[in-house]
Amino acid sequence: MARLKASYSEAFTKKVGTELFLLTYGSLVAQLIQDYEDNDEINTQLDKMGYNIGLRLADDFLARYPQTKCVEFRETADVIAKFGFKNYLGFVPVVDKWNPSDRSCSLFFDHNPLAEFVELPPEHASLWYANILCGVLRGALEVVHLEVEVKFLQDVLRGDDKTELYIRFIRKIEDTVPPGED
Amino acid sequence: MTVYNIYIFNCDGQCIYYWQWERSGDSNVSQVEEFKLMYGMIFSIKSLINRLSPIDVDNQFGSFATNKNRLHFYETQSKLKFILNTDLQADTGKVHEILKEIYTGYYVQYVVKNPFCDIKGVSIESSLFTKKLNCFISSLSIA
Repeated sequence: MARLKASYSEAFTKKVGTELFLLTYGSLVAQLIQDYEDNDEINTQLDKMGYNIGLRLADDFLARYPQTKCVEFRETADVIAKFGFKNYLGFVPVVDKWNPSDRSCSLFFDHNPLAEFVELPPEHASLWYANILCGVLRGALEVVHLEVEVKFLQDVLRGDDKTELYIRFIRKIEDTVPPGED
Repeated sequence: MTVYNIYIFNCDGQCIYYWQWERSGDSNVSQVEEFKLMYGMIFSIKSLINRLSPIDVDNQFGSFATNKNRLHFYETQSKLKFILNTDLQADTGKVHEILKEIYTGYYVQYVVKNPFCDIKGVSIESSLFTKKLNCFISSLSIA
């Protein structure tokens, strides 16, 4: 058993260069701009791609970093920031701006992690460049049975002070009951 | 230890994977029916357990035995359910580790990370997954 575990964690330590990753993402967005032109449509496409990534990423995350079940949404947000963002993107965003009932919060980044080399052209000023992250979080949380709404509220690329990613808890998805006897 | 068969259920209660290594008898119902019965039983046991001890939210049952075989159960936080039937000699702790390994080392590696494997689909169509899983299980039977 120990041998198998070791070989598995070894497979995890392989890393991709930051620049390769950022440039790959950049060319993906650039291609979408060519294909769709409309900013809202591009945002939607990025979110959709992210969602499909999230559905897969969640299981990878659970396999790598076994967690005890989060009991409340505050804990979930903490795990997303301290484990999710840290391990997949290499930094820890600040979780803040909780609403009084602890159902929504914002993640603040000092910079936009995917946009190291980017400035938005004026005709695409309303593009959320890192919108794929919204989809990833939505997909990944759906796998652990949480329905959430995720969107960007601020982005340094648009001239804001910080990048702000807003998450709102909608509901817990319940277990599927087996179909009754026919 | 002898491993008889494995069932993997997704979060919607669909059997997305079934494989048998040793199985001498037949359940006398169609396979679809058998999957439904299996999921129904697991679902009922889970809900019963949570009713018996409502305080501890993270209750999981690990296995049960008949006089012929033992059924081992492992559920991930993504609500995937792994069920493995073995003979009575199998050590429950070890089999629990094996099920975790099937999830982390095989399901995640060969199904989740394979972009052509539809993870929302009704069954896992990956011969690579089957091949690797077979190697793993047969390495266990020898040990």
